Amino acid sequence: MLFVVVAAPFVLAIILAFFGKYLGNKIGWFALPMPVLVFGYFFTQIANVRAGSGPSFFYQWLPSFGINLSFSVNGLGLLFALLISGVGMIVFWYSIGYLSHKERLNNFYCFILIFMGAMIGVVTSANLMMMYLFWELTSFSSFLLIGFWYEQERPRYGAQKSLFITVIGGFAMFAAFVLMGNIAGSFELPAVLAAAPAIKASPLYVWIVLLILLGAFTKSAQIPFHIWLPDAMEAPTPISCYLHSATMVKAGIYLLAVMTQILGDTALWFGIVSGVGIGSLIWGSYRAMKMNDLKAILANSTISQLGLIIALVGYGSQAAFAAALFHLLNHSAFKGSLFLVTGMVDHATGTRDIRRLSGLAKVMPVTAVFAAMGAAAMAGLPPFNGFLSKEMFLESSLEVVNGNLAFLGGAAWLFPAIAVIGSVFTFVYCCVILFRVFIVGDVPHDLPHHPHEPEKMMLVPTGILVSLTLVIAVFPNWFAENLLAPAILAVSGEAAHLHIAFWHGFNLPLICTLIIIGAGTLIYLNFDKWKAAISRMPKLISSNDIYDWLIPKNHLAHGGERLINTHMTGRLRDYMAFSSLAFVLVVLGVMLLRGALVISFDDLAPISPFEILWAVVIIVSAIAICRFDRRIPAIFALGMIGYSVSFFFVIFRAPDLALTQLLVETVSLVLFFLAFRYLPKLFKDKPAPRAHNIVNLVISVAVGLTVTLIVMVGHSNKMYQTIADYYIQNAKILGGGNNIVNVILVDFRGLDTAGEISVIALAAIGVYVLISLIVKPEPRLLEGGEEQHD
Amino acid sequence: MEFLMAITIGVLFAAGTYLMLSRTLLRVLIGTCLVSHGTLLLLITMGKLKRGVGPILGGALDSAAYVDPLPQALILTAIVIGFGVTAFIIVLSYRAYQSLDSDDTNDFISAEERHGSQH
Repeated sequence: MLFVVVAAPFVLAIILAFFGKYLGNKIGWFALPMPVLVFGYFFTQIANVRAGSGPSFFYQWLPSFGINLSFSVNGLGLLFALLISGVGMIVFWYSIGYLSHKERLNNFYCFILIFMGAMIGVVTSANLMMMYLFWELTSFSSFLLIGFWYEQERPRYGAQKSLFITVIGGFAMFAAFVLMGNIAGSFELPAVLAAAPAIKASPLYVWIVLLILLGAFTKSAQIPFHIWLPDAMEAPTPISCYLHSATMVKAGIYLLAVMTQILGDTALWFGIVSGVGIGSLIWGSYRAMKMNDLKAILANSTISQLGLIIALVGYGSQAAFAAALFHLLNHSAFKGSLFLVTGMVDHATGTRDIRRLSGLAKVMPVTAVFAAMGAAAMAGLPPFNGFLSKEMFLESSLEVVNGNLAFLGGAAWLFPAIAVIGSVFTFVYCCVILFRVFIVGDVPHDLPHHPHEPEKMMLVPTGILVSLTLVIAVFPNWFAENLLAPAILAVSGEAAHLHIAFWHGFNLPLICTLIIIGAGTLIYLNFDKWKAAISRMPKLISSNDIYDWLIPKNHLAHGGERLINTHMTGRLRDYMAFSSLAFVLVVLGVMLLRGALVISFDDLAPISPFEILWAVVIIVSAIAICRFDRRIPAIFALGMIGYSVSFFFVIFRAPDLALTQLLVETVSLVLFFLAFRYLPKLFKDKPAPRAHNIVNLVISVAVGLTVTLIVMVGHSNKMYQTIADYYIQNAKILGGGNNIVNVILVDFRGLDTAGEISVIALAAIGVYVLISLIVKPEPRLLEGGEEQHD
Repeated sequence: MEFLMAITIGVLFAAGTYLMLSRTLLRVLIGTCLVSHGTLLLLITMGKLKRGVGPILGGALDSAAYVDPLPQALILTAIVIGFGVTAFIIVLSYRAYQSLDSDDTNDFISAEERHGSQH
């Protein structure tokens, strides 16, 4: 059943890809049941998972590589799976109203279903290789969805950027998986978990940590890899909501949560994870204040909120984990709904620029209420869910100073300090979103569209999602018991007893919250001055500069092109020269390295003067061909060589070969003369620079010498016994023939011969097509080109 | 004998490569024929020359009594495939020469680029 649930979205994606066009505008209604069913399935599993008997599926796929179709659901996976399918329902539903019928809807639903399936796959895989497979599939579907409007340049740029960065991270993660798999002797997650002490003791531990973190940080858009996320906002808004705030970017957090059981509990892990997290928190929230595009604000805010969660994961205590998972859930609710609100604003007004928007609450009151709820939750105000998890975050940040980060000494106090400052910034941009866009001022008249309340198809799903900010806040302990506690159990191995409440007494976190609200309000009231001040801050070199330097915009292959053009000249001669040189170097290199360059003069066959004469005929003809300027002598010399070869077959006691070679040589000559009329008349080589000629000569002599060496070395080192005995003994018994060569061809190696026949058939088809194909006569290629003469 | 063959094969490969490095279509074509002839001789030389009688079963069932039949089977395949390839290349050259009115392989690239820029 679990496997069916993982596979079903892919199946539906393929069906919609092929048959979606027959469904027309209704395609969304065919896609929507999928997240609903998946959500339903995982919802019914809550009790099982709490009881410790989550569903699992195992099928040996590629046992020799240790890759199995192995899935299982624990508390952590269940939390994510519910999030993915739950937000999926909202987003699928919202998309039906959001996307115009003129868009490529079957692309959209096909990609988003692939994404959903891949995401479910990531969080349910119990085999590291399967997890990697699904992980890359999420990157890939994200690429397709960001580039949904691929006619425009910005989406293409954003799609490419996100793909590059996340795939590099994914590949690093893959390397770490391989290293861990080698140490554990298996890619199955339980086996790797059991091998955690060995992995920690391994000299490769530091590398594994760095590679895993690279994977997690690129996926979750943490500094300095955060730059792809703002550019990913070119995707349709439901996609930004689904992939780039609620689910995909949280795959990195899932990875960290899983890996913390294997790699955690060291100063290296605590230090880097919480350091990068807290850094992203402040940097993202700082950048968000500078942005004018609503989606850009939300994108930077996502970087910052993910940083918050990752910092909590890095703190490593059980309370911090609880806070991390709780905030993860809350963030999906409030950030997801803010994205959907932004989509509605964009839809209704035609712009997302906060400098052009104001007072929208007068014409879009319901949307404004949703925005207020989402913004208040994000700012961490009661009575919304964000307040609860923000409090837990502050508390954990204060505790960690004497906890897992105590090794930093006094510097550990930076963490709570930055947490508070980052939260102040968060408060400020939440005010900006709410007040600037919805509350203050009048509805502007110069908007591209006349603003109006959006249709129900968008309002209702947004309303459901945003109401979760209240529902979670009112019943936090239902979520804590059913979702968070099993997840924490899965991560830490210890049962957790969570109790989430609004009032913990007048303690330090509450004081921090009051400071945040006070300072935030103060800054917001002077926001114009503040924004001007931070805009004057000197621009440091950013990751974006480095990315654009490495990969110039619009010229993906620009840097590479220059490199490629130096050897990929498009000229046959150059390719031939390179491959010949490579052949010489590889063969000689291997011979030298393996010490195979032994030539023995023993065991030679007898030789007669007559044979020497024939060999000389071949040698002279071959050299003569190179010197001839006219084609008839050249073809005759070629025939000479061919007949001499068949003569040698006679001497070497190969009657079949001699016959065949005679026949084929004759047919080839006939073919040459048949085609003669139509072939170029000139055989002389084109004039080329002298250096080229010398290089050609050197290369050919080198190839000749190498082949000569191969033959001599091959003669001198007989590494294996001949397998001819088998054929000789069985030719009569098994093949019923006395001619051993024939029996080999038609019996023992019959399939090879069938392949050979198909090659001839292909060549025949190729010949026929090339001759009968009627190509438009091209104008003369070379104007004033040299005349051809015989 | 083996070393005589080694030198002959080397010359065939050298001449073949030299011709294939040229820009003239016909030379490239004949170069491939030379290399394929060299390959045939190389294969048969690899299976020890002139040890025993031809691979037609007489009385003995021992590999010492016959020359190695396996390279011969390989060569038979190689001859036929070599013929197919030669025929194909001849027609390909014919086609290229007819369509592009040039037998200089360097002109083919400019034709390709010209073609590309039209689309």
